[in-house]
Amino acid sequence: MTARSRTIEVKTLARVEGEGSLHLTVERGEVTDLRLEIFEPPRFFEAFLRGRDASEVPDLTARICGICPVAYQMSAVHALERAFGVEVDPRVRALRRLYYCGEWIESHALHVHLLAAPDFLGCASVVELAAKDRAAVERGMRLKKAGDAIIRLLGGRSVHPVGACIGGFTRVPRPAELHVLRDTLAPAGDDALATLRWVGGFELPQRHGEIEFVALRHPDEYPMNEGRLTSTGGLNAPQEAFDSHVEERQVPHSTSLHATLDGRGPYCVGPLARLNLNVDRLPPEVATVASSCGVAWPNANTATSIIARAIEIVYAIHEALRLIDTYEPPVRAAAPVTPRASRGSAITEAPRGILYQAYETDAAGRIQNARIVPPTSQNLAQIEAELRVLAPTLLALPRAEATRQCEALIRSYDPCISCATHFLRLEVEER
Amino acid sequence: MKPRLAVFKFASCDGCQLQVLNAGEQLLALAGAADIAYFPEASSRARPGPYDIALVEGSITTAADAERIVRVRADSRLLVTIGACATAGGIQALRNWSDVEEYKRAVYPHPEWVAALATSTPIAAHVRVDYELWGCPIDVGQLLTVLRALLAGVPPGLPAHSVCLDCKRRGLTCVVVAQGAPCLGPVTRTGCGAICPGLQRGCYGCFGPSDAPNLEAFTGLLAQQGLTRDEALRRLRGINGYAPAFRKAGDAMANESGE
Repeated sequence: MTARSRTIEVKTLARVEGEGSLHLTVERGEVTDLRLEIFEPPRFFEAFLRGRDASEVPDLTARICGICPVAYQMSAVHALERAFGVEVDPRVRALRRLYYCGEWIESHALHVHLLAAPDFLGCASVVELAAKDRAAVERGMRLKKAGDAIIRLLGGRSVHPVGACIGGFTRVPRPAELHVLRDTLAPAGDDALATLRWVGGFELPQRHGEIEFVALRHPDEYPMNEGRLTSTGGLNAPQEAFDSHVEERQVPHSTSLHATLDGRGPYCVGPLARLNLNVDRLPPEVATVASSCGVAWPNANTATSIIARAIEIVYAIHEALRLIDTYEPPVRAAAPVTPRASRGSAITEAPRGILYQAYETDAAGRIQNARIVPPTSQNLAQIEAELRVLAPTLLALPRAEATRQCEALIRSYDPCISCATHFLRLEVEER
Repeated sequence: MKPRLAVFKFASCDGCQLQVLNAGEQLLALAGAADIAYFPEASSRARPGPYDIALVEGSITTAADAERIVRVRADSRLLVTIGACATAGGIQALRNWSDVEEYKRAVYPHPEWVAALATSTPIAAHVRVDYELWGCPIDVGQLLTVLRALLAGVPPGLPAHSVCLDCKRRGLTCVVVAQGAPCLGPVTRTGCGAICPGLQRGCYGCFGPSDAPNLEAFTGLLAQQGLTRDEALRRLRGINGYAPAFRKAGDAMANESGE
């Protein structure tokens, strides 16, 4: 290896959900090899779902990810409701939005405080961060608990909750239960604003590139469970058309399926994509907060994802309180479901971005075919593209700093590697 | 010197590690009593073994992981499995009744690039395990009970009675009696707090078999409730389908129906 050439290996990629590593070779300013390797062994969800009853799917797909089980349940129930032609009560729809708010709050609070913040404050972990800024860590944990409390009320527990089913919920809360929840949530609003001010003060790297952002867009709401598939590159399609716009390829010498959009190349999903495409859908109070944190929206600097996440925590608490205040218990917890031979697909906005699921069922409602495209596997090609841009600038840096910058870039996407059902271990190396 | 704690991950969803993080303040208090030496999900500072206590999440599904768990065991004085994957093989153990090569072809365009063993197996199938925590996910309270006991040097004791007992303690209406819902509560281990019956649905066994479950009587009950053999079998072959008691009952049922 010459002085101009070196290999950076981040052996275990820390503070991401799941395990992966990065292998990067730079020669004479050119990236000659770049691999984001994933240790995560395949678990074959789409294979073992075949033959299971549709009613089991929400409980099973939840197990794809312990951080965002609600997202897996929501895309599953919407897809299967479309397959079976189930009409969902608008009051159940509101409860599902509340449920999703809970997951955005807990997942974002976890990422912002426990996983990402140490990057900006020179700490290796939340334990070190707690020694430096205990108040910030405690605030993060309070926020996480507030999100968890919402999920627990509707689903019994925050990790792999059990209340969601096709048609609605197995049980819906009494108004009094939501009043108790309101008391827990209201103080979290101030915590969320404090967190936004905190991350607004972080010194963020300036990364600028041509990035296409993809998110749902709803006629009047900030998107969660519904909306059209849109992008900053002009895509505007119904959800059902996902498959005809997104191509997933299994690439030799790479560790994952690479998603590309309309043949244009990689794209970015997640909080930054949602905010870039939907900043005009924030309620006025939240929009004011979003515009006063020193960053203009839309913007293509993926380092600002942490701020987008903090804004979404503020939004999700605001929205959760609105939903609680306007709550009317549905007459029936779940609409009746009549299985049939059919197919259905749905996209919802998981904390990390759009999550697509599609199912085919037989006449008895058993799954014949399943397809699941998680947000992280959609982001992976984009992460690699950004790393290729970053790589030449790393040559002059000490190794530890170069490694840190690569890790921080990857973490700004909050990759959830367990979620990425399609991540592969690199097996083929020689060409 | 403080006891050194490590957290390792194999094939899993990260939910049990998240429960470790969810221990929150208690985890920070624990950081006062123990040295968290290796926990990649939470820290970029990894320190080498030996460790006093290793918490292991996930099941063994690749040849590389089968080798790695042997090294983890050699590095650890006490090894505690956390969750259904590490303790019973997890939901991904459903492949154990199927052909993994067919699974690869079903999911990947280039199955030949995918490294996976034919089975997903619990940690105890590979190395000696000192203590097993059940649950999908594990319960934070049970985790702290076990960690405190181990740090204090006393053997941890967790109850292993069935969910039914918790249901009665909570004063919940029995979903089997009232709704005719199939419920694994009579044969499932305590730990969740009977959340499924609490939400008016049947238990699906995510804490694994209780101590000495009467599965023969239980499968008879499912038949009485009108479940077909296929429906009953799917109940047993779920999150903890590869746990010995559920596996045995499920296999017996499958043999009877000639599967």
